[in-house]
Amino acid sequence: MLRKTALHQSHIDLGAKMGEFAGYDMPLYYGEGVIKEHEWVRSHCGLFDVSHMGQITIEGEGVAQFLEKLTPSAFQPKAHGRAQYTVLLNEEGGIIDDLIITRIDDNKFFAVINAGCKDKDIEWIKSQLPSTLKFKYLEDNALIAIQGNWAERILHEVLEIETDDLPYMHMMQAQAPNFDTMYISRVGYTGEDGFEISVPNACAEEIWSKLLDHSEAKPIGLAARDSLRLEMGYALYGHEINAETSPVEAGLSWVISKKTEGYFGYDRIAKERENGTENKLVAVKLIDKGVARDGAELRNEADEKIGWLTSGGFSPTLKESIGIAYIKSDAANLGDKIFVNVRGRNIAAEIAKTPFLPAKTKSMKKKAA
Amino acid sequence: MAEFKFTQDHEAIYVDGDIAWVGITKYAQDALGDLVFVELPEIGKALSKGDEFAVVESVKTAAEVYSPVDGEVTEANQAIESDLDSLAKPLNEGGWIAKIKISDPSQLDDLMDQDKYDEYVAGLD
Repeated sequence: MLRKTALHQSHIDLGAKMGEFAGYDMPLYYGEGVIKEHEWVRSHCGLFDVSHMGQITIEGEGVAQFLEKLTPSAFQPKAHGRAQYTVLLNEEGGIIDDLIITRIDDNKFFAVINAGCKDKDIEWIKSQLPSTLKFKYLEDNALIAIQGNWAERILHEVLEIETDDLPYMHMMQAQAPNFDTMYISRVGYTGEDGFEISVPNACAEEIWSKLLDHSEAKPIGLAARDSLRLEMGYALYGHEINAETSPVEAGLSWVISKKTEGYFGYDRIAKERENGTENKLVAVKLIDKGVARDGAELRNEADEKIGWLTSGGFSPTLKESIGIAYIKSDAANLGDKIFVNVRGRNIAAEIAKTPFLPAKTKSMKKKAA
Repeated sequence: MAEFKFTQDHEAIYVDGDIAWVGITKYAQDALGDLVFVELPEIGKALSKGDEFAVVESVKTAAEVYSPVDGEVTEANQAIESDLDSLAKPLNEGGWIAKIKISDPSQLDDLMDQDKYDEYVAGLD
C-alpha cells in the first residue's frame, strides 16, 4: 500500500499522472507534460508537493555539537534561521543522506531529509542520540515548494507574507491571515529563487489551492523536479551519492568544515582531501545526438571505460542532452572530449561545467538596509 | 489495398504492397510523454520479426521500436529527427519511422487491426 501526502487528493483532482516514488503515490506530471512544466518553473513559478520528504527536529543542550558528529559541517557558529546543506555520514565516511539543517534557536534545529532515506535516517540518528537531546519526526507536517521568479510576489499577494528580507538559505516563521504559523525557508532544488513552506497537514490543502489560484503558479510533478535539478547539477540520493560515496568524491567538499574533526568518517575524508579520490563527479554534455541515462559508461578515445553516468537526460532549457558522471580523476578535464556508450554506440560528449545554466537563487548576503 | 495494423508493443504499421511503414501508436506516444530524440535504423539492415530497429527517447524514458515482420529496412524518416511532432501524424502522412520490405506477408496476419487494437488498449488502462 503506497503512502499518501496530505495533498494526494488535490493531485488526483488536478488530473496528475501518479506514480510510485519512495513508497509514496506522487504526481509525476500534470496535464501539460514535463517540458512545459519545466519551462514554466524557469519562466514563472511552480508549486511542488514535497511532503513525502521527512521533517524532523532535534532539540536540547549540545545539539549543535551532536550535529557536528553526524555531519562534516559546522553548526555551533550558525545564526538563528540559517540553513545549511550537508550530508549525514556513516562510520566509513559514506553518505547516509543529504539534507538541509536549519537552526531554529540556540538549542533547536530543523531538518528536511529525503523520502527514500527517511526510515534509515531516523533509525540512525536515534541510535546516536544522547539522552540529553530530544528527537521529533514531524509526521503531521506537509511541505510545499514554490519555485520560480514569481515565488516572492505570490507569497506576498496570496498569503500576505513578506520575504524580501529573507536571504537565500535562511528560514523565517510567518503568520498568514487565518492560518497556523508556517516555517518558510528560502531554499530549493531547481536553481530558481523560491521557498519551501512547512505547514500542518490540516491546512496544507487550503494553502496549496490558494497558491495555485494565482495566475502565474502551476503545479509541477516529480519528473520536472528531476530535470530542473539535473540542469543545476544537484545531487540526487541513490544516483550521485550513496552509502559508499564520500562528500569529497561527490564534489561536496564545500559542506565540509575545516574546523570540526569529530564527525563520522573523518579519517577517510581527511585523507581524501589530502590525496584526492580515485573518481570525481563531473558534468557531461552530449555533442552528438542521443540521450544518455544513468548507468551508461563513459569511454575514452581508446574505447576504455573511464566512468559512468549517475544521472542523464534531456535538458529542456538547453535543448541538449546532459548528465552527471563519475570519472577517473586523472582521465579528463573540463572541455575534454569523451564518449558515452548508449546501447553499444559511442556518442561524442564533453566534460562540462555545473551548473549547466546559472542559478537564480538570491545571494546569501542580506540586502543593504 | 493499404491498411493499418498494430502490435501489442504499440507499433503502428501501414501496409502498402510489400512495404510496411512502421511507427508508434498514439497510445505509446502519450505514455512516453514529451519526445526528445529518435534513433533511426540504417538502410539495408536485415530484421527478424521482434528485432529492435529504432529507439524513441522521451524526457522520461527510452522506448525500443520492434520490427513487426521479417524484412529489410528500405528507408528511414530523416524528417522526424528534426521534427518529432510529426510522429503524431498518420503513418502515411509523415508519422512513420522506417519502411521495411516485408519478406513473409503471412506474418501480417498475426497483427491486430484497428478494432482489435482499440479493444486491447482499452483493456490496459
